[in-house]
Amino acid sequence: MSKWIEIGTLSDIPRQGSRIVAGPDGNIAVIRTEDDHLFAVHDRCPHKHGPLSQGIVFGHKVACPLHNWSIDLSSGQAQAPDEGQVACYPVKLENDKILLSMEKSR
Amino acid sequence: MKQKLIVVGNGMAGMRTVEELLELAPDMYDITVFGAEPHGNYNRILLSLVLSGEKRIDEIMINDRAWYDEHGITLHTDAKVTQIERGTKRVLTRDGRAFEYDRLLLATGSDPVMLPLPGHDLPGVVSFRDIQDVDAMIKAANTYKNAVVIGGGLLGLEAANGLMKQGMDVTVVHLMDTLMERQLDVTAGAMLRANLESRGMKFALSAQSEAIMGTDRVTGLRLKDGTEIPADVLVMAVGIRPNVALAADCRLHFERGIVVDDSMLTFDPSIYAVGECVQHRGTAYGLVAPLFEQARVCANHLAQLGYAAYKGSVTSTKLKVTGIDVFSAGDFVGDDSTEDIVFNDPGNGAYKKLVLKDGQIQGAVLYGDTVDGAWYFQMMRDGTDTKDIRSSLLFGQSHLGDSGHGGENAAAAMADSAEVCGCNGVCKGDVVNAILDKNLFTLDEVRAHTKASSSCGSCTGLVEQIMASTLGGDYSATDKEKPLCACTELTHEEVRSAIVREDLKTIPTLMTSLNWKTEDGCPSCRPALNYYLLCAWPGEYVDDARSRFINERAHGNIQKDGTYSVVPRMWGGVTTPNELRAIADVADKFKVPMVKVTGGQRVDLFGIAKSDLPAVWEDLNNAGMVSGHAYGKSLRTVKTCAGEQWCRFGTQDSIQLGIDLEKMTWGSWTPHKFKMAVSGCPRNCAEATIKDFGVVAVDSGYELHIAGNGGIKVRVTDLLCKVETEAQVMEFAGAFMQLYREEARYLERTAPWVERVSLSYVQEKIVIDEDSRKILNERFLHSQSFAQFDPWKDCCTDADKRAEFEPLTEVGQA
Repeated sequence: MSKWIEIGTLSDIPRQGSRIVAGPDGNIAVIRTEDDHLFAVHDRCPHKHGPLSQGIVFGHKVACPLHNWSIDLSSGQAQAPDEGQVACYPVKLENDKILLSMEKSR
Repeated sequence: MKQKLIVVGNGMAGMRTVEELLELAPDMYDITVFGAEPHGNYNRILLSLVLSGEKRIDEIMINDRAWYDEHGITLHTDAKVTQIERGTKRVLTRDGRAFEYDRLLLATGSDPVMLPLPGHDLPGVVSFRDIQDVDAMIKAANTYKNAVVIGGGLLGLEAANGLMKQGMDVTVVHLMDTLMERQLDVTAGAMLRANLESRGMKFALSAQSEAIMGTDRVTGLRLKDGTEIPADVLVMAVGIRPNVALAADCRLHFERGIVVDDSMLTFDPSIYAVGECVQHRGTAYGLVAPLFEQARVCANHLAQLGYAAYKGSVTSTKLKVTGIDVFSAGDFVGDDSTEDIVFNDPGNGAYKKLVLKDGQIQGAVLYGDTVDGAWYFQMMRDGTDTKDIRSSLLFGQSHLGDSGHGGENAAAAMADSAEVCGCNGVCKGDVVNAILDKNLFTLDEVRAHTKASSSCGSCTGLVEQIMASTLGGDYSATDKEKPLCACTELTHEEVRSAIVREDLKTIPTLMTSLNWKTEDGCPSCRPALNYYLLCAWPGEYVDDARSRFINERAHGNIQKDGTYSVVPRMWGGVTTPNELRAIADVADKFKVPMVKVTGGQRVDLFGIAKSDLPAVWEDLNNAGMVSGHAYGKSLRTVKTCAGEQWCRFGTQDSIQLGIDLEKMTWGSWTPHKFKMAVSGCPRNCAEATIKDFGVVAVDSGYELHIAGNGGIKVRVTDLLCKVETEAQVMEFAGAFMQLYREEARYLERTAPWVERVSLSYVQEKIVIDEDSRKILNERFLHSQSFAQFDPWKDCCTDADKRAEFEPLTEVGQA
């Protein structure tokens, strides 16, 4: 059973934007895409550990601000030809409230 | 039910089209491919390397059978399509089977021209086209001694070189009196010949073949003048001819090749064609880059997207013939209306010739030193007016100064361990291996896989040279007007003019009206569009923070550890004890790990956590300081020297002029960063001659310099003009900045922009045409009336903006 934690409301995060949640293993980037999907990933690019929360969000992807790696938000995988995986966390919306689980899905 | 796509031809053009199609519309078609050869798809370009023994066949395969299976493609190898029935939309194969299609793609390539000499069908007479030919040549080389190659063009010389490497005694027979006459002029051709002769290759030039001798097998070649040359192998490499047999048979319109329109559609609306078999706007291409361009366009139409257009290619050949670098492009012969400029150093084996018409490059031949080929080619395609740089044109782009790869500029001589890309630490060997292992053909692909040339770009020429030497005779730089990014086919200029013409005022409306391929763009186009809209609609466009790079959103420079650096503005580089005290207090209060003086005469506070930024700004704001924009594609700094106020050599008040300039220009957004400096005398202590806009005061007035920069490619400024008053300096600066803001491409600094449009053009707009200058300056000042606010203060006082700097919440252990 996932333990869902309420972390805020949808309006706290702008479209194509993100906010961080400080967690025990470092920050988690909670990202809202243009089409209002929510994603949560470890805020640490697999390349050189850049904060993904600070990147430009496009489609269901985010570009790392340090060296422009593109990370697919649903799989956590770096886009080819780069290779790498960032941890993903389950996140969902219930009545405008954002719920996050700390159990990594990948 | 899926539509049926049949592809006739399993070569590079056909399969590239299929690959592109799978990217765009993976499930649209049931695809069936017919290939005449018994293999999967291989890289024909690398056959020369197989012949010379440097590669094995399995190393040049692009797609093996597993790839076809994986993508659900039915592959018929050794399968000859003998007929197309356009009425019933079927193709028939040699073994009598029939296959129906909805769409048909012809990629039948070309056939080698075989001279109809007596004896041309003897065993031992081969062409140089496919794996079978290469096998035959290698087998012959193991048994026999003498080889003759008919044809002294690219392919012929590569074949000759390969056979020589296989241990054969090779004579090249050529009808013309100079080698590679389609790519080289007489001088370069002679240098090439001398070099090849020194390696042991023999030549019979101006030689017409009469008959191939032998009864059971070729034994020699007899020329018209009676000379007989012994040959156990005879290679015909006299050219290729588009393969139009199928088209001719089904009365599909063809001339030299199968005629296609700009969407690669033939005269039959169900039949497309790509590659060496087609003729587009009167031209048939035999190089790989145009074919790939055609493949991209064709895939776009097969996927029913319908917006790509092939407009033909200007090709350049930048190739390596047996260890010799040769580059050729355009019309390198010239006529009465052109002039040549020539650099000839036979002792060093270097020769360069440029053909100019009205100051524009029409063609180029480079021999020995080809590193500037890409640069000349770019200027040729852009129609750049070279008269301002004519005196140094032949010395190359590196004449402007270069760094990052140790001045290395000859790919052939480099060791595999030599570093090519200083930014990303990529060695020559890494690039070569990636090209061969991953079958890369374009600069963009090499950038994506190796990162070479993907950061600062100063090694681009070198990387292209390595690609040329690795891929051999068929590599050529793609000729397309670069689209803004992969989300669109439109160029920067086309997008900018559409913004004004179609009254586009937000990014989403722009993307909709201009048929963007992605929902909401990518990290390349969004910042560019945001800038273009901001520049086009001052005071009206609402800046989209989500389309800005983090530095411009957090008003600081992100550092490798995710912290930020903070630089307050110091007008003209002048500060006060109070400001310094406030900075020191901030440094103490926030435990700033490092305080550093920058190159632009500012103080930089490093290592500040994002959540601390608003508080840091608040303290600096309270001491009267504002954002220094050290992070933006914007006006950065105006650097000054002591000037006449203090300096015993000073001729003008450089400090005050610098402050005035900075007060006028701060806050403006520009295509790339923009730096200024004012020096009070020609000693130029403010280093104004490596700035985007530099002022050097002289006793009688002010020299205005433009388009310089330090950094990757140090470039000294060009002198724009001389003016007499400070008011003129301000007006010229405003006009120049506005011209740059309106006409340069996003992320193009002033130096490459001025090199692209030419100094004369800028002088025309700013110096000669007074009205133009005044209007530009007015537009600049108008735009500034909306731009000059402190983003730090804005963030501190706006709760929404400030919230973004804080974590949303904290969570404990799972």
